[in-house]
Amino acid sequence: MALLEVKDLQVFYGVIQALKGISFEVNEGEIVTLIGANGAGKTTTMQTIMGLLRGQGGTITYKGHDITRTPGHKIVKMGMTQVPEGRRIFQELSVYDNLVLGAFLQKDKKKIKDDIENVFDQFPILGERRNQIAGTLSGGEQQMLAMSRALMARPELLMLDEPSMGLSPLLVNQVFDIIKDMNSKGITILLVEQNAEKALKIADRAYVLANGEITHQGTGAELAGSEEIKKAYLGG
Amino acid sequence: MEIITTIINGLSLGGIYAMIALGYTMVYGIAKMLNFAHGDIIMAGAYAIFVFFNMTGHPVIAIVCAIVICVIIGVSIEKLAYKPLRGASPLAVLITAIGMSYLLQSLAQIIFGSAPKMVIMGDLGVTTIGSLRIQNYTLITLVCAIIVMVALTLFVKFTNTGRAMTAVSEDKGAAQLMGINVNKIISITFAIGSSLAALAGLFYLLKAPSVIPTLGAMPGIKAFTAAVIGGIGSIPGAMVGGFLLGIIECIVNALPGISPYVDAIEFAILIIILLVRPTGILGKVRREKV
Repeated sequence: MALLEVKDLQVFYGVIQALKGISFEVNEGEIVTLIGANGAGKTTTMQTIMGLLRGQGGTITYKGHDITRTPGHKIVKMGMTQVPEGRRIFQELSVYDNLVLGAFLQKDKKKIKDDIENVFDQFPILGERRNQIAGTLSGGEQQMLAMSRALMARPELLMLDEPSMGLSPLLVNQVFDIIKDMNSKGITILLVEQNAEKALKIADRAYVLANGEITHQGTGAELAGSEEIKKAYLGG
Repeated sequence: MEIITTIINGLSLGGIYAMIALGYTMVYGIAKMLNFAHGDIIMAGAYAIFVFFNMTGHPVIAIVCAIVICVIIGVSIEKLAYKPLRGASPLAVLITAIGMSYLLQSLAQIIFGSAPKMVIMGDLGVTTIGSLRIQNYTLITLVCAIIVMVALTLFVKFTNTGRAMTAVSEDKGAAQLMGINVNKIISITFAIGSSLAALAGLFYLLKAPSVIPTLGAMPGIKAFTAAVIGGIGSIPGAMVGGFLLGIIECIVNALPGISPYVDAIEFAILIIILLVRPTGILGKVRREKV
């Protein structure tokens, strides 16, 4: 059974149908990527899965539980969370407070402390700036913080929405390394990206979303090798 | 000496305004709405003190009961009137809040009548230091207000619930992704605001021992003014705005020529501050970083 299963999901913004009945699944341990152009419905898909938007049709199942109508905060409790598009760190709070909030549902104080120390080991720059207000961090640092904050919840399935957006090529590579690293530590990944080339390289499987419909699916390598995909999404 | 007494009175009155303003500003920060029924919670608190003080004769029991009742009223209003309107136009929410304000005043009038009810909790006496004479209720109010504000600041900064409140006020969606139950945080915010309003009701009764159904109207508007002067949504702003307004009010009241214009002067200051700094003294313009 798939860890996350989306079936015939339909979402409308008013009369405009953003998702026209998409179906896909994410199995335990996989990196699955959802690629597509601007406005294809990638973020809508993510937000609907997380309960931040409501679908008008279809079902979402996580670990065998129907979560189609479950509020977001309960989904986090079930072991799934998301690094949202544009990072959305809490700008007025310190780096440290952002991380503590990531562990909002964790009860074990010792574990929270250890997790924070681990973050600071992995990203020394965040450690140096632990008491700094998060809004003053650079874009790259904010992305590291957003990913670390999500990991504080100890998720089994982590969704990342455009984690490489607005970052320099060097940082983009670092972000993809971090994603691979998280996956090797046992976290299942659902990645939404516009940087299709990089996403397909690390993905076990991939889906292509266009105008609210899934047009292609296959392994990362298959899609990266497809002439059609190359033309449409990989710049030639 | 006169001026020192005036300033202490101003700080004390400002402490009351600040406590009420905190209710406005926290609810605005978290639910993004102006709760115009907030002032009437003060009145509800004062009537609750009247009922329970007459029943038990004990001021502490009376204030504890008043806090509980105000919390129940405040949270119920949010659940019944405001929550169904989440996502509706701000105007609809505003009108609903004004409606709730009139509903509370009318209910009080139906239950208690429009004649003032007296709540005599005894004379607290006067403290004299040299030629300085200060009413004890002034000092008690000021000390309580400071304790409450320090406690609230520590709560917001250092507890999980407090951090969650800051997170919700900044970004509800991202807060949900942390596993924060946004509705619960909104209820807690209304509960805190309402208990502060109940305390404000107590301090008004210490100052003038009678309660009428419109008791909360003017303090509510003044405290709202204080919240806006300080920067609505900002907790330290509400405190600064509250004290500032309280001191201005007492100084103006002490000047014989202009004291009848005290309300006009306070609201004029609001207009000036909004012209110079539209976000209030400590209000911030949010920057978006992409």
